[in-house]
Formats: sequence, C-alpha cells, structure tokens
Amino acid sequence: MIELQEAAYGYGGGPLLSEISLRLSPGSFHFLTGPSGAGKTTFLKLCYADLLATAGRVTLFGQDTSEMSRDEIAQARQRMGVVHQDCEFLDHLPLSENISLPLTVAGRGGVEQQSNLSELMGWVGLSARADALPPELSGGERQRAALARAVITDPDVILADEPTGNIDWEMSLRLLQLLVELNRMGKTVLIATHDLGLIRAAKAQVSARVLRIAGGRLQLAGADL
Amino acid sequence: MSDLLDILKGDAQADRVVPRRGHSVRLTLFTSGAMAFLAVFALALSLASGRLADRWSEALARSSTIRISAPAAQMEAQIWAVLEVLEQTPGVASARALSEEEQRELLEPWFGPDLPLEDLPVPRLVEVIETAEGYDPDGLRLRLSAEAPGAVLDDHTRWRRPLVRAAERLRALGWISLALILGSVAAMVTLAAQSALAANVKVIRVLRLVGARDHYIARAFVRRFTLRALTGAVVGTALGMIAIALLPSAQEEGGFLTGLGFAGLHWLWPLTVPLLSAITAFWATRAAAFKTLRSLP
Repeated sequence: MIELQEAAYGYGGGPLLSEISLRLSPGSFHFLTGPSGAGKTTFLKLCYADLLATAGRVTLFGQDTSEMSRDEIAQARQRMGVVHQDCEFLDHLPLSENISLPLTVAGRGGVEQQSNLSELMGWVGLSARADALPPELSGGERQRAALARAVITDPDVILADEPTGNIDWEMSLRLLQLLVELNRMGKTVLIATHDLGLIRAAKAQVSARVLRIAGGRLQLAGADL
Repeated sequence: MSDLLDILKGDAQADRVVPRRGHSVRLTLFTSGAMAFLAVFALALSLASGRLADRWSEALARSSTIRISAPAAQMEAQIWAVLEVLEQTPGVASARALSEEEQRELLEPWFGPDLPLEDLPVPRLVEVIETAEGYDPDGLRLRLSAEAPGAVLDDHTRWRRPLVRAAERLRALGWISLALILGSVAAMVTLAAQSALAANVKVIRVLRLVGARDHYIARAFVRRFTLRALTGAVVGTALGMIAIALLPSAQEEGGFLTGLGFAGLHWLWPLTVPLLSAITAFWATRAAAFKTLRSLP
C-alpha cells in the first residue's frame, strides 16, 4: 500500500531523514513517535507525496511517487485521509462543507455526502457547529473536523499528524475509537504522535506497531505495543 | 471545447471552493466592460468604413464621362468617333451617348425644366462603364485627341480611389483595434487570474490535500473569471450599442461621421463581443491557472 525503501529526505544542510524502510500493509495500525523536530511530519508528507524522497524510493499504491503525475497523486490522495498538523480549511466555507470537501472534489456529492456527513459530525461532536466558519472554531474543534474530513471518503489509508494535540482526553479516546473501528474495517492507519497515553490507551483495543524516529532514522520498528 | 461546455453547465459545489471576494472581481468586470464598450466602437468604425469603401468602389466601377464640345455640324461625327474609339479600348465594358432628354434631366436642377437645349451649345455626354480592371485614361485621352478633338475625358470618379484605399485601411485599423482590445482583455484577465491564484495559495494547498486534481482547481478559477468577463462584456456591449444608437442618423449629405454606426443586420455583430470576451477570458485564465499550478509545489 505505502512502502518506503531506503528513503531519505533533506534540504540545505543535510538529510533530515535517511535510510527509512517501512511497509504499511493493508489493515495495519502504526504509531509514529519521536521528539519534536525529529521528522515525523516530514515522514508523513513522504507518505502522501507532499514531499518527494531525495534518495531511495517511496511507492504509493504500487506507484513510485517520483514518477507520479499530479493527477496520479491526486487520485492516490482520494484513497487516503490525511489529518494535517496545521488543520487547514477553506475559511470561506462553513464547517459542514469543509468536512465534505473530499467528496465534493471527488464528484461524490449528494446522498452519500449527506449521510456520511451527519453521522461523522455527530461522531466528532460537531453537529451543532455545522454552519460555523473555520476561523470561529477552537483548536480542538479544528482537529476533530480535520479528522472527520480525513475519513469521510472511507479511505484505504488514514495518515494523522498529531490528531489529538489540542483536544481533551475524553475526546481523544473517542477519536481513537473511531480510528480503531476504521482499522477493524480493514483501513490502514498511521498516527504520528508524542502522546504516549494515547498509545497505551490503544493497547487494549488494537494490535499496533510503534515506530520511533530519532536522529533521522526509524528505530524500534517492529516493536509491538 | 468540453471544458467550455462544462464552464457553461457549471457545478454549484465546485464554484464555491474559490472565495468570491477580492479586487480581481472588480478589475475583471470593469476591464471586460470597458473593453467591450471600446470594441463596439471599433466594430462600428470598421463596418462603417467597409460600407463607405464598398459604396465608393461601386461608384468607381460604374462611371466616367466623355464630354464632346464641337460645332453642331460635327457633333454626330465626333460622337461616333468617340464611341468607336471606346469600343476598341481595353477596359471599357460599355459606352453610350446620353440622349438629349437625359441631358435635360441632368441640367434641370440648375436651369429649370424649360431649358431650350437645342438652341444652346451644350456639350454632348458619353457615359463610359469600365470593366473591373479599368482602362488606361492617359492612352484613351491620346486616342480621343487624335480621333475626336472636341472630346474630353472626365474621369471624375478617379479621385475617389485614394479615399477608397483610406476607407479600406480604416476598416483594417478597426479590425486591428478589435484584435488589440481582445489581446488587452486576455492580458488583464491573465493578470487578474494570476493575482487571484497567488492570493489563494492556501485554498489550492487544501484542495490538493483532499485529492483535488489541478484540472478541478483550474476549472473553478476559469469558470469564475469567464463568467465575470462575460458579465462585464454584456454590460459594456449594451452600453456601447446604446451609445451608437444615440449617434445622429446617417444622411446622404451627412458624410462619413454621421454614418458611423450599424446598419441592418450589422446590429447583430456587437452581440459577438461578449462571446469573444468570454472565450478570450476562458483561454487566458486557463493558461494562467495551469502555469501557476505547475509552479506551486
């Protein structure tokens, strides 16, 4: 599904990541940890082809990202749900339209959009905020909305960068539950987080692997939680 | 072409992904409106020049006159000599001597209906119709002076040739002005579209993140600018047509300036201006959008 082979990424002074090899199999659940600035976000960006590896190879659904056209990358992203750390939205659209944006751009509006949207907004506790504009949302609400937007298309892969950074513990567990449910349905999940409590909470629910990035390299790969 | 049809068909949801506000909205509306207004005038100028050139050309092709002044006893002989010369002259389609009745009608506006033409030494006139190629006036004059000394070639319409050329050039200038106006629309819309794209980098980033193809993003911008250009051009064209309609009406004695306008079916021509503006805006925005999208990481 997503595979990194001896992948490296760097700019300016030297490599930020090097010799990264990992295969995210269908239905797998991974956590990615590491200190701030270690390269977790860069790693995720390599996974959804926002950045291209400067060495080695990254394949997305069987295609080498360095050889993919913009259209092919867009198609691949329609099969992925990404929770970006910055939680960016279209500020001029109400929350409900932002959450359903992946369906809109994929030409899957209409009934599917409405049913998925109302269910998801209930799941993330944002039903009452459907008409709010993104600048009116709190940090926690933005993160929940970003997660809802990431999963609304029922993607094959979910990549989340610190999805619970600004939300309370109760809501974090609720979101984790949503990701676990999706994983049980066969979705591949990769969560970058420094919240060890979240990783421990997941232990009882799912068989997950924990990856750690330090010194630009992937460590502890394969260690079960 | 399918893109253009998609634009016309529209996609309400896709339209909303690009913010509606921004100075580029007013800039595009104003520019396309002003340019359409000017385009209507350029079109009017071009069509009026064309009509003038055609009218003058038609007159040129029809007429020249030979005036024969001779004693009454020699008049008929000189007329026959002139007609014979004309029959043998290349470039002359036909020639005939005007009857006395026709000459009386010609002089009537100046001398009244009771002119005793037979008692006056009025010259006789021979009307000459040229072929499309025309004849050599200098050669004809030489032959006439030899065969009919009283005959004078009066190719009075030839002074119109430079005017016809001027009118034709004016017509060409009108079309060039139209092309320049469309070019200016393309340039202004391109700048406005580039400005809008630069102001919406975040929107583009979010759309790409959720899987939007560049084609989808470009189409949202292209539709916005095409419709703005069309709206502005419709208003500008309407105002231009009203202004042309309010010009003084064309009259025979009025000359060129009062004939600056549209006649008959020519009133349909300005209706193409909004369409051309929209097509120009479509291609300009499309090129600008894809160029900008390619340059973004």
